[in-house]
Amino acid sequence: MDIALEQVDYTYAAGTPFQKQALHDVNVRIPSGSYTAIIGHTGSGKSTLLQHLNGLLKPTAGIVRIGDTQVTKETKGKQLKPIRRKVGIVFQFPEHQLFEENVLKDVMFGPLNFGVKEEEARTRALSWIERLGLPEGTAEKSPFDLSGGQMRRVAIAGVLAMEPDVLVLDEPTAGLDPAGRKEIMDLFYELHEQRDMTTILVTHSMEDAARYADHMIVMHDGTDVLQGPPETVFADAERLAQWRLGVPRTVSFQRLYEEGAGLPPAPPALTEEQLAAYLAADLRKGGGAS
Amino acid sequence: MMEKMVFGRYIPGDSFVHRLDPRSKLIFVFIFIAAVFLANNTVSYALLLAFTLLAILASKVRIGFLIGGLKPVMFLIAFTFLLHIFFTKEGDLLFQLGFLKIYEEGLRQGIYISVRFLVLVLMTSLLTLTTSPISITDGLEVLLNPLKKVKFPVHELALMMSISLRFIPTLMDETDKILKAQLARGSDISSGTMKERIQAVVPLLVPLFVSAFKRAEDLAVAMEVRGYRGGEGRTRYRQLKWDWRDTTALLILLAVIVALWFLRG
Amino acid sequence: MERILSLQDVRFTYTPDDPDSRYAVDGVSFDMQAGEWIAVVGHNGSGKSTLARLMIGLLFPQEGTVGLFGDTLTEDNLWEKRSQMGMVFQNPDNQFVGATVQDDVAFALENNGIPFEEMTLRVQDALKQVKMDTFLDHEPQHLSGGQKQRVAIAGALALRPRLLILDEATSMLDPQGREEVIRVILDLREKTGLSVISITHDLEEALLADRVVVMNGGRKFAEGTPQEVFLKGEGLTALGLDLPFAMRLSALLGEQGIGTEPGTMTERKLVEQLWTLRSNR
Repeated sequence: MDIALEQVDYTYAAGTPFQKQALHDVNVRIPSGSYTAIIGHTGSGKSTLLQHLNGLLKPTAGIVRIGDTQVTKETKGKQLKPIRRKVGIVFQFPEHQLFEENVLKDVMFGPLNFGVKEEEARTRALSWIERLGLPEGTAEKSPFDLSGGQMRRVAIAGVLAMEPDVLVLDEPTAGLDPAGRKEIMDLFYELHEQRDMTTILVTHSMEDAARYADHMIVMHDGTDVLQGPPETVFADAERLAQWRLGVPRTVSFQRLYEEGAGLPPAPPALTEEQLAAYLAADLRKGGGAS
Repeated sequence: MMEKMVFGRYIPGDSFVHRLDPRSKLIFVFIFIAAVFLANNTVSYALLLAFTLLAILASKVRIGFLIGGLKPVMFLIAFTFLLHIFFTKEGDLLFQLGFLKIYEEGLRQGIYISVRFLVLVLMTSLLTLTTSPISITDGLEVLLNPLKKVKFPVHELALMMSISLRFIPTLMDETDKILKAQLARGSDISSGTMKERIQAVVPLLVPLFVSAFKRAEDLAVAMEVRGYRGGEGRTRYRQLKWDWRDTTALLILLAVIVALWFLRG
Repeated sequence: MERILSLQDVRFTYTPDDPDSRYAVDGVSFDMQAGEWIAVVGHNGSGKSTLARLMIGLLFPQEGTVGLFGDTLTEDNLWEKRSQMGMVFQNPDNQFVGATVQDDVAFALENNGIPFEEMTLRVQDALKQVKMDTFLDHEPQHLSGGQKQRVAIAGALALRPRLLILDEATSMLDPQGREEVIRVILDLREKTGLSVISITHDLEEALLADRVVVMNGGRKFAEGTPQEVFLKGEGLTALGLDLPFAMRLSALLGEQGIGTEPGTMTERKLVEQLWTLRSNR
């Protein structure tokens, strides 16, 4: 399911003295089955953009296409619900949305709202709770008795149990420790691969964008300024700096190395493994001083 | 909708009125409210209205903004105006349409009561428009200080007020976030039967309470670590300064009251 | 050197009445000298935040003692000791008490009965140290997370503390906010020689410390200079911690047959070794 925004504007509190334009002339395309990272400095319009992806906000001008549904200023609230079933969002600190008396009910909340039968919802919920690596017996516990990391997993299970075609992730690992961070990101990547789920990651972490994404959208000052694969986006550190963004550590290390060694910049190394391979190849290359 | 509300909103500025001490403004408004009831004829009401307009001018708040924001209250004023017109049957008959009769006294009373209402609303709005909530809290704390003698918890109350004010924007933000997260999970607050709608509020309220309690707990710990042990032995960082402006404002008010006294019939 | 903090066999459980209760902090001892910077690291739930709360008397141990500035911490000297310490917590929103930046910084001063004239000086001074002195009248909702944390640090500094405890003060911030806060703390240390305990799960941050204490399951897993501690490589990864970038890269290079000096922790040192290797090949 492709998602596209065409000439989208969004203004908060339009028509009052407090109005503020958050998006202007945004044109982006998120290809079906891609893993797209959206990056941008705080206040660049990332989170406003995110809320357009499943009709939480309607554009004040322009069109949002989600699969074969269109959302414009005129779209009625009722028409948005089917979109929300197809596009699930894991918000920042999603554990804040937990409310049920036990974990199972909380995970079933989404599916039931979208008309999944009770029995089916239960089966799904139980399987997602297990898939997220929560210990046995968690389903019957109150979500508020769990540790912070476990609450996060329950909240994520609640979104995944809706079995959306598109999964939007807004800084899903904020506040987790390194091991927790890696486990969750790897899980999302696995789902993306196995289920061909379109995944959209809004992140501050250039490392995550480089490691996982195959497509990137750079936001600055309320509009899209660059789109393309990470190899292209991270090749131009100077332009990124203009938008107050950096490159992944792998790339900054690579550039540092190249500079000192008098080498021309090679295509950016997106993961630590790639960087190590690149450095090793260069160091093994014969002919230098021999 | 909230954004269009004027009542209770603060607009920062640097006018004569803005720079008054919150204490003098509070005293001023309280005395003014009482003084309004002195007026009882056309001249005295005209004086009240003129004085209020003068105060608005001195505050440099845009009149259009004030009037625009007072729409909900205007409805109330119009309503009382009509009540008086239709139910007072004294003086000369001015106008008749079927059973509808409008008398001179009715019209007069209607106008008087509307002006009274209007100046009260305008003056109190002016107080909140030109004084930040935290300054109002400070002013109240100092003015209520004598009540400490009868064990009234003035300091605690003021602290509670200022912390609530501080957290209102944070909690509004939070409400918006939780609402959106539940909408994304297919919850639907704006449709369905009454029962369904009430049920749909639970997913919003529970997380809000949980988070508010968590914040309260964190805040209590942070305050304790920073040495908070109640009002005893505390000094104040926010100092209130009474200067010539404040004395002037109250003297002008006094003059108006004296004038009202002589002008009333 | 003066010893400002000393933990001796501290044990603490949140459920003391339960005979088989798990100890959140289980027999931890260490000392801290004035002017030192210690990082306490561990994954979530390792007992590191409980440890911080024990240090400032928000909790009292069931066994063992907490010594501060030469005395054992008790209910009686608690407030006097606290007035010499500052603590910054994780959530930037939930520790902002004042209506504006300057009110918030003044809060601890008010509590300690500092006279008004002195307060204005100290508020200015503290805000300058965290580079927030142009934000005096800003309200918290108009500040970024990093700015709020800097205000919280200023609030602690205004009391002129002898010890500053940062309890995961950077973990909820975006990379830019984190950098701002870390830069401020580095700057402070250089200029004032302030003693700092930073509780963190970020090993890059721990790299900046003089000494690292690694917590696991309520116990002290390792202690030493960052150099000594990070040489335990695998052991730390098994605890759910992440090694610094340069060390991870060294390990990967090792797999490719490129040997670098063990314990190279900074990118600068690593790249210099690689340059040397390159020119010698």
